[in-house]
Amino acid sequence: MTTSRDLNDRVLSIRDLNISFDTASGTVHAIRGVRMDLFKGETIAVVGESGSGKSVTVKTIMGILANNGHIDSGSINYTYTNEKGERETVDMTKLSQKEIRYRFCGRHIAMVFQDPMTSLDPTMTVGKQIMEGMILHLKLSYSEAKKRAIELLAKVGIENPEKRFHEYPHQLSGGMRQRVVIAIALACEPDILICDEPTTALDVTIQAKILELIKEIQAESNFAVIYITHDLGVVAKVADYVDVMYAGRIIEKGDIDEIFYDPRHPYTWGLLASMPDTDTDSTRLFAIPGTPPNLLEKITGDAFAPRNPYAMKIDYEEEPPMFDVGGKHRVASWLCDPRAPKVEMPEQLRDRMEKMRKEGILE
Amino acid sequence: MTVIDMTKEPLLHVEGLKQYFRSGRSVTKAVDGISFDIWAGETYGLVGESGSGKSTTGRSIIRLYDPTAGKIIFDGHDISGRMTKADERYLRTNMQMIFQDPMACLNPRKKVKEIIAQGLEIHHLYENADDLDAKVNSIIEKVGLSREHATRYPHQFSGGQRQRIGIARALVMNPRLVIADEAISALDVSIQAQVVNLMKDLQDELGTTYLFIAHDLSMVKYISDRIGVMHLGHIVETGTTDEIFENPVHPYTRSLLSAIPRPNPRVEKKRIAVEYNKEKEGVVYTEGHLHRISDTHSVLATDAEYEKWSKEHGY
Repeated sequence: MTTSRDLNDRVLSIRDLNISFDTASGTVHAIRGVRMDLFKGETIAVVGESGSGKSVTVKTIMGILANNGHIDSGSINYTYTNEKGERETVDMTKLSQKEIRYRFCGRHIAMVFQDPMTSLDPTMTVGKQIMEGMILHLKLSYSEAKKRAIELLAKVGIENPEKRFHEYPHQLSGGMRQRVVIAIALACEPDILICDEPTTALDVTIQAKILELIKEIQAESNFAVIYITHDLGVVAKVADYVDVMYAGRIIEKGDIDEIFYDPRHPYTWGLLASMPDTDTDSTRLFAIPGTPPNLLEKITGDAFAPRNPYAMKIDYEEEPPMFDVGGKHRVASWLCDPRAPKVEMPEQLRDRMEKMRKEGILE
Repeated sequence: MTVIDMTKEPLLHVEGLKQYFRSGRSVTKAVDGISFDIWAGETYGLVGESGSGKSTTGRSIIRLYDPTAGKIIFDGHDISGRMTKADERYLRTNMQMIFQDPMACLNPRKKVKEIIAQGLEIHHLYENADDLDAKVNSIIEKVGLSREHATRYPHQFSGGQRQRIGIARALVMNPRLVIADEAISALDVSIQAQVVNLMKDLQDELGTTYLFIAHDLSMVKYISDRIGVMHLGHIVETGTTDEIFENPVHPYTRSLLSAIPRPNPRVEKKRIAVEYNKEKEGVVYTEGHLHRISDTHSVLATDAEYEKWSKEHGY
């Protein structure tokens, strides 16, 4: 899985992104120095609690940032093949939101939202909604678009696509609606598919099928996927790389094995340990104490320090830099500084890691 | 895990509960004849996907709905059908509910202490104003909030804290049974663990019984002593947590268990979920009856189905 990435395959590179929102009660620094790279064909999962800034990051890429939000600094470089067939790189932070939406949304970058009940237009047939983008961006004729729409419906696993083409969203079940949303997102063959909690609103039995569907089509068309989720089960299933976000910063990143089998940041430990595991019989769940910080207030030091049982003096004074701990693994915690005392992860988690590694090797 | 004496009378006895909803000419059979018992001090988990009728069951038991048919005996009081004044009072003071959405279930115009005190006030369960304050303050501290929070409004709290207020409101009545309807599914992962731990601690301390309704099987496994699996208005299998997880017999239970995402990438990437299609399998729930596998474990099936499934499962 961990192949060396070719820079020519890079489709998205975000550097030092800072975004804040003006609200009635002050300025909220929602994104604080995010750095992210996305390469062709790979899948990144951005994990974090609500309010950690994971959705804001991708909304900026899509040009659908709320009106009171603004980009303070940083760049989002997106590389794509333009109409003339040349590779072109644009800095999305320099474009107006309208321009991003007009040029890229739906055409090059597409998004699947959490709730299939609200992301479809109830007054339009399913077919029409799929064709909309193709007619607008690819300038296809109606009959061509219709033919492709039916193919797409079949591709996303909807039986009897000719009939479904003429149906309205309310006639479909939740899982089928999400399939339609995916068909719409894939209509123009985008380079990047952003999935914002694509399965949270669905039943567990359907969840896995939707994720597998996205994976299959991705393997076929080789586009890059960004998952926004708080469900580590989803991450384990789909991701090649993981970015863990907390209070607007990426606090740990690495490939999937590094994050799941060798986590270093206490917050990641907490996240992993607080998930009940069906295999363990521990009587008490590990819980991260406290609540996420209020981003209205200025954060000095490490934002996680007040909830961190391992916090040191420096955590309250200075923000930790990204420490390179080998491989693709980067951790923003003073614990990874060579001068820091050695700490062990919670016992429950260590036991589980041990077991997970064994299971992983056995299978 | 709590040890339950099953020879005793159950705290809650539900028999043949049906809850139909009429809309126009069509009838939705949300709950179609389910029976189960909950003993004092235990946690009974009710799981199923959306539309399985698990929430409706909870709401019928606490009589937010009028059940279409069936018997509900709560601690010796018949609370199905028309209730006597005394039975209704017993129900309203001794059974409480925690709701799913902590944003929606608290009155935004009332202060936290007013919200928590409301039940006590309605049923006059306090001696004087000081006693009321003391009761409210003690429960606020028990759920992990501080006294200063009592004079604030719900919007000033985070989701996890609001759910704590919801728990305080239910437990201040000192209820015998608490129905927790998806009480943690609207919360963040790190907060879910906090709230579940809190519910467990309070159970150890106060001896409360829980009916825990949820769709997240791993959380249900963690908190429940016994589990009932619901599908389309029927309880298809019920048993202790170990029996359900180690020895699932019904194909629906098996498919549900196989669908639990596991936070282990190497395992999860290869996991194949077992599919269950009621029509394909030809299962008709209304034709089956409960087969007892052990004292605590039973499954809804016809004789032929039961034989087939047990064979598949190597009995």
